[in-house]
Amino acid sequence: MTEPKVLILRTAGTNCDAETDTAFQLAGAETALVHIQNLISGKVNLSDYQILAIPGGFSYGDDISAGILLAVEMKHKLTDALNQFVADGKLVIGICNGFQVLVRTGLLPGVSTSNNGTSEMTQHATLAMNTSAKFECRWVDLETQQSPCVFTKDIKPSVYLPVAHAEGRFTAPADVLAELEANNQVVFRYAESQYPRNPNGSDADIAGVCDPTGRIFGLMPHPERFLTKWNHPRWTRFAQTQDTTTEEGDGLAIFKNAVNYVKANL
Amino acid sequence: MSNTVNEINILNADDAELMRISREGTLSLNLNEMKTIQTHFGALGRNPTDVEIETIAQTWSEHCVHKTFKSIIRYSEDGRETEQIDGLFPTYIQRATEDIDKPWCVSVFSDNAGIIEFDETFNLVFKVETHNHPSAIEPYGGAGTGIGGVIRDSLGTGLGAKPILNTDIFCFGMPDMPYSELPKGTLHPKRVFKGVVAGVRDYGNRMGIPTANGAILFDSRYTANPLVFCGNVGLIPRNRCEKSVEPGDLVVAVGGQTGRDGIHGATFSSAELDDTSESLGSVVQIGNPIMEKKIVDALLQARDRNLYRSITDCGAGGFSSAVGEMGEHIGAEVHLERVSLKYEGLAPWEIWLSEAQERMVIAVPPENLSELVAICEAEFVEATVLGTFTDTHKLQVFYEGAIVADLEMEFLHNGLPKPVKQAVWQPPKHPEMPSRDEGIGVGNSSYTDDLKRLLASPNIASKESVIRQYDHGVQGGVVINPLVGVANDGPSDACVITPVLGSRKGVIIANGINPKYSDVDPYLSAASAIDEALRNIVAVGGTIEKTALLDNFCWGNPDKPDRLGALVRAAKACYDIATAYGTPFISGKDSLYNEYRDTTTGEQRAIPSTLLISAICVIPDIRNAVTMDVKAPGNFIYVVGNTYAELGGSHYFGIHGFIGNNAPVVRPDEGKQTMERLSSAIDSGWVRSCHDCSEGGIGVAAAEMAFAGGYGMTLNLDNVPTGDATDADDYLLFSESNSRFIVEIEPEHRDAYENYMSDVPIGYLGTVTEAPEFVVKGRSGSPIIKTSIDVLKSAWQTPLHS
Repeated sequence: MTEPKVLILRTAGTNCDAETDTAFQLAGAETALVHIQNLISGKVNLSDYQILAIPGGFSYGDDISAGILLAVEMKHKLTDALNQFVADGKLVIGICNGFQVLVRTGLLPGVSTSNNGTSEMTQHATLAMNTSAKFECRWVDLETQQSPCVFTKDIKPSVYLPVAHAEGRFTAPADVLAELEANNQVVFRYAESQYPRNPNGSDADIAGVCDPTGRIFGLMPHPERFLTKWNHPRWTRFAQTQDTTTEEGDGLAIFKNAVNYVKANL
Repeated sequence: MSNTVNEINILNADDAELMRISREGTLSLNLNEMKTIQTHFGALGRNPTDVEIETIAQTWSEHCVHKTFKSIIRYSEDGRETEQIDGLFPTYIQRATEDIDKPWCVSVFSDNAGIIEFDETFNLVFKVETHNHPSAIEPYGGAGTGIGGVIRDSLGTGLGAKPILNTDIFCFGMPDMPYSELPKGTLHPKRVFKGVVAGVRDYGNRMGIPTANGAILFDSRYTANPLVFCGNVGLIPRNRCEKSVEPGDLVVAVGGQTGRDGIHGATFSSAELDDTSESLGSVVQIGNPIMEKKIVDALLQARDRNLYRSITDCGAGGFSSAVGEMGEHIGAEVHLERVSLKYEGLAPWEIWLSEAQERMVIAVPPENLSELVAICEAEFVEATVLGTFTDTHKLQVFYEGAIVADLEMEFLHNGLPKPVKQAVWQPPKHPEMPSRDEGIGVGNSSYTDDLKRLLASPNIASKESVIRQYDHGVQGGVVINPLVGVANDGPSDACVITPVLGSRKGVIIANGINPKYSDVDPYLSAASAIDEALRNIVAVGGTIEKTALLDNFCWGNPDKPDRLGALVRAAKACYDIATAYGTPFISGKDSLYNEYRDTTTGEQRAIPSTLLISAICVIPDIRNAVTMDVKAPGNFIYVVGNTYAELGGSHYFGIHGFIGNNAPVVRPDEGKQTMERLSSAIDSGWVRSCHDCSEGGIGVAAAEMAFAGGYGMTLNLDNVPTGDATDADDYLLFSESNSRFIVEIEPEHRDAYENYMSDVPIGYLGTVTEAPEFVVKGRSGSPIIKTSIDVLKSAWQTPLHS
């Protein structure tokens, strides 16, 4: 088959699109940076792609709250295309602002609680202001959870990635959290609960979640910022003799898993 | 205010009336300049319109034309006139670059930013600006639009560079200043600090540009006049570095709408502040980073399709400067009623001068217009045709069909009379602080408390609480972070990025700034700033051979001979030291009139003479970069470079209330050899960590390396190489002599390293220890510092923690 095709969605204020593009290319995908206007106008068809990536940034300035305007735009102007994309078993990843968008569309965590069986996208969780009340740029240890998430299949049990956000505190009502746990939808947790190891005060130290199928994935940390060893903040401390097989950064596996899944299943 | 144009009656005005017109119009024009305008219009037989006189005032403002740096200066030192200088800029800055003549300098001093070569495909642009006056009045907006403005400088260089890195250096009053001592009409330094950091954070983060280098300094003299330096590095294709404008090209404005914000910003920042300046709200611009991001997204696409021939940003002076500069050699006509306005009711001169943010002007061949507009529309960006570039050699402005300005480009750009200014330099004499050492072999002097106090002094203390609010990882290319070490919290000397993902070619950005030495001699301050910037480059693995410099002078009122004398001293050092090191200036800027006047008491305060040197270096392989945190117990610690009894303006003298007189001298012969050798040693892989010795000397540098690495050190001052007869322990520990480093060498590389460095002064200080104790033995052999690294780290981290 041809290389899996990734649509990297852009709009005003998207700013992690270039490195997300690099990540998918390194993983072996064919990529396209597409402005949402071109999807809405029909100039580009979402159905031509197998992976939808919503990168980090400040979509529309994060006016009102992070990601909400882009979420509303997607929900109301791309309703059918999005529903079809998901129904076709294709993959969606939202990173940082993209995660905020997915949560606000209701695509994540995609739980059934109080959904009344309708297919309408409803928001069940949120990403609130960090408990530190400020933007935080730092590297965090993540613990990979047992989950159906296809993006983290066979990934290392502990992963090191940077966060850079002001609104990253994942929080949801108790029943939603309980359902997430029951479905193993928590993909990554911050390794410890106390600040700054949990950089934003997330409930249950949640750093990333997937939908029940494992094909829609959102996370606050930035895997696209750790593609090679030299992105690691302490690479100068590694022994100089370290062998070259470790030149790959922790983040790349997430993109490779997505590409491999498409190759095997779609 | 109405939509009409007024004639300004200057033809019959006497001197007093001319000055009243200048003052009341915030024109910042002096009498000589007003008279020149009067003569020019006298010959034309008419008065200027408000649009015309405002255009001239903007174009001739210190902010836009840097007339002090171009003026003739009669310079006196120690009471006798020694020379006449025909322009500080051509004599000391531009000439340095010409004399150094580096082949990798692509464009210097001519465009909105300097350009140097990067690789086969790309060049780099770098510019640093200040936004001091606006930040004093409205810290958040002033600082945000400061970074916004310098990003547009990169976008306005060549045919437009992609912004890839921000750098920010701030100077504030003391954060613990009692409110009762606050000068009238000024904001508390803490509020300025918080507002400035938030402004830079929100603008830079939203634009998606990493902020990975900077500095924050404190001195009570910055209270009324804080300094906000904002820099931006951009990446530009090699074949997009030149611009031209042809008659017939359309004048197209791209970006935000025009409102009444920021009017008179250029002339306002060319005057002193006083206790009434806070009421001048309209001179501060309003920023919208998402608008600017959209402009970048749209224009880089248009650039790659070759849709426009020239580009510049609307900064100080708004359209008047942008169109006036682009059309300088041919002419331009503009129709102001076409400008997209935020709201109705602006007078023509206000539209023309508004410094509303996020606007670029491009020169578009008419056949490319529809494609350009389509790209802009796809990115939600407005593009408006304002007029045409002409061959009239005139700047002609129309409003609703009537001509409201008709200016000769020649008069506008070259009519400014070259002023003659007086400058004097009188070396100050400060009380000297004797060594507090009790002498070799005597007593038990302890400097543990001094070291803790130095680490806790606000200039040295950790800036982590600020750094973490900046996104330094966006764009995915940062390979040496601003915070390094075992806990990611040690102070990196510089940042390193790979602008092209997947390539190992890197860029280092560093800075040097030493305003305290200006209290002794601005020459030494400037020289040390260059040396410090270069040390920071070398400390992470760069070379001075591939380093270019930027100069940003922030000074007091240059109409006062002593202030100007200090400026002459600093400019001379720039020439001397840059040429000696072979590091060219590629861009620079000055911000003068950083003074505050209390209108009731008449009291006048100037900032310390402050020169920021920013440095940019291209390295072939980022895998050879090093950081400042010690790596492993058992490794050896060396000092590289000679120590002298140079504590004038030092932090050690400072915490004891002294300034002193022997500020650090730069000895470029020694320094150049030291840095070249060290660069090669680092490239050879012998150096596990390296830190520059600057504020707080060997003591502070070694302590920072230890606690950043999480290991102890046992050091001995016996082998510190000295260039003079210094033997007092405290001087050896805390002297701030230039061109020095502390390095960590693995035992297996010791011989190779020592042999290679044999013609450079190096001294073996001791070892890295597993035990987290920081121990320094004095020349008597007994410990003069003994404490745990946790105590030192806590002293360093606590003061600016929140």
